[in-house]
Amino acid sequence: MGKRIAKEVSIAVAEAVKQCKVDVIAAYPITPQTHIVEHLSELVANGELDAEYITVESEHSAMSACLGSVATGARTFTSTSSQGLALMHEILFIAPALRLPVVMVVANRALSAPISIWNDHGDIMAERDIGWIQTFAENGQEAVDLVYHAFRVAEDRRVMFPAIVNIDGFTLSHMIEPIELPDQEQVDQYLPPFKPRYKLDPRKPISMGPVGIPEIYMEAKKAQDEAFKNAYKVIVKAWDEFEKVFGRRYHPIETYRMEDAEVALLIMGSLAETAMTAVDRMREAGKRVGLVRIRLWRPFPLRDFVRAVKGVKMLAVIDRALSPGATGGPVATEVRSALYQVPGRPRVVNFIAGLGGRDVTVEDFEEMADKAYFYMKKKPKEPYEMFGVKE
Amino acid sequence: MRKEWAKFKGFSAKNLPKEEPLAPGHRACQGCGEVLALRLALKALGLNVIAVSATGCMEIISSPFPYTSWRVPWLHVAFENAAAVASGVEAALKALKRKGRFPKNRRVDVVAFAGDGGTADIGLQALSGALERGHDFVYICLDNEAYMNTGVQRSSCTPYGAMTTTSPPGARSFGQMTWKKNVPAIAAAHNIPYVATATPAYFLDLMNKVKKAALVDGPAYVHIYSPCPTGWGTKGEDSITLAKLAVETRIFPLYEVIDGKYYLTRKVTKPKPVEEYLKRQRRFRHLTEAQIREIQERVDAEYERLLKLAECL
Repeated sequence: MGKRIAKEVSIAVAEAVKQCKVDVIAAYPITPQTHIVEHLSELVANGELDAEYITVESEHSAMSACLGSVATGARTFTSTSSQGLALMHEILFIAPALRLPVVMVVANRALSAPISIWNDHGDIMAERDIGWIQTFAENGQEAVDLVYHAFRVAEDRRVMFPAIVNIDGFTLSHMIEPIELPDQEQVDQYLPPFKPRYKLDPRKPISMGPVGIPEIYMEAKKAQDEAFKNAYKVIVKAWDEFEKVFGRRYHPIETYRMEDAEVALLIMGSLAETAMTAVDRMREAGKRVGLVRIRLWRPFPLRDFVRAVKGVKMLAVIDRALSPGATGGPVATEVRSALYQVPGRPRVVNFIAGLGGRDVTVEDFEEMADKAYFYMKKKPKEPYEMFGVKE
Repeated sequence: MRKEWAKFKGFSAKNLPKEEPLAPGHRACQGCGEVLALRLALKALGLNVIAVSATGCMEIISSPFPYTSWRVPWLHVAFENAAAVASGVEAALKALKRKGRFPKNRRVDVVAFAGDGGTADIGLQALSGALERGHDFVYICLDNEAYMNTGVQRSSCTPYGAMTTTSPPGARSFGQMTWKKNVPAIAAAHNIPYVATATPAYFLDLMNKVKKAALVDGPAYVHIYSPCPTGWGTKGEDSITLAKLAVETRIFPLYEVIDGKYYLTRKVTKPKPVEEYLKRQRRFRHLTEAQIREIQERVDAEYERLLKLAECL
């Protein structure tokens, strides 16, 4: 077992990628993802990581090169943020449709305009429907662990889908945290070598990326969707295995002090740690408040989620992205839809908070929970509200 | 002279490879000069190839699922990124060979194909990036001088005066009002080891250039003039005649740029007037005598410039 040492999360993530023995990295710098790719290029430069590092001229080409690489049978990694992720957009859909398991860490950051290098989930929420496996990390240890997990699941022959590990830009990517990096033997035990069923090889030629005429397009898409939903089982199983090898336990949905909770905060990402402190304080004050965190965002773990919020009266969903003119933030609309058919479902109140790096404090979470209590008696006029905006 | 080059004796009518990496039965138009160029290029490269295609005519006609014309491994991702995708393939092969997961001594040529739109316009950045990074691959631009796949819209490779659906002649227009972008010169400006122009009318020349492009270490760029009967308003049986005329009128000169040095591979000493080339195509039918003269002057000047580049040796 490795030692717990203080490390910047980005550096630890890069070290984890190294331990996964990637063959090819294609990446373009963008704040706040830079420390990850800088460290990887350092590891390649000094011979600690035997990989090809392609210094592409854009994120669009980064993702394109990654697809070429995986298609050839190489384990492939990239990382990006915000505008860079947006520039990849077109190619992001193609990766899962061609069943090319790239692994990408996204250091989540707001989208322009106004230009902001700071954290929110606006970038990744614009990529909700790309068909990648998506997880959200709460802390540095989880960020690292999700990287091993991402490679293992993505490359599994029953899955063969690309995977994104989301880490909050700066508030997670640039934090120095005590992180335990496992021994290489453990990683090797957990992550088998990449052996794709199909690859580009002149000894056995195949055509990848053909034209889909109307007679087969829907069938191709249905096959993709079915396979993606089936990936859920492998994802969860890989976390079972993870516990056996590394001793840490992960679930698609994480709950905190949810026993007998009548109000639950729901959040994704690193703010959950702050929210936990708020929950502790409210519990001390006698309020029955709990916390639900979505770790696995895609494929959405519907049953786990419904189980997690059972018995809750009011669910306060904190979205870190705005969907202008919609019926809520992306997480809230997802969750409302998930709960609609559930008898005795909780009511959902939605706060859009922490955009563009705006801090969300323990007090803010307490205030949101109080508002949730208030809205139990008096329905809110609007489907969502922007929280913490200076008037 | 490079080792591999020295060993390569060149293709002739007697030693043409029998393999057809691009199978017949695809859906290209009659008389398509582009698919002919593609077939010849692949014939020159052989079967130890990984091919990447940009979106475009050649991708559409060769791959309607469940059919494929590709007898070599083939990948199509999107329109503007063939060079970037090929970068990934090349890097992966390098890593896998080094790590013993692909036979070390097995030569595999990585080749990217794109049209003029996918090369000169939307794909120029990805191309420049891949050339600058020095990947060992061949990039082939199949230039039919407009966006034919979407219905003949102008590109930056559309020649001056040509009518397309987005450069129509009218009261205030005479068709394409800009001069053709010189992509081989842009490629050569990256100081890559090999750049060449070719046309299917001189098929041995085309195949030899593609083969040399593959044999060279590092990036190589081959720009192939590809007549398009559908888009140009020409007869299918005229494609080769036109491709030949483009060279004989000096409109599309054939040359190589090896390590930065220009070599004319077919010097045209007695050029035919450009009018002979232009008048056979509907896309130039509206041009006035004055405009044809203007094109002639430009072609002469460009050829002079090319001669000077080749003279500097």
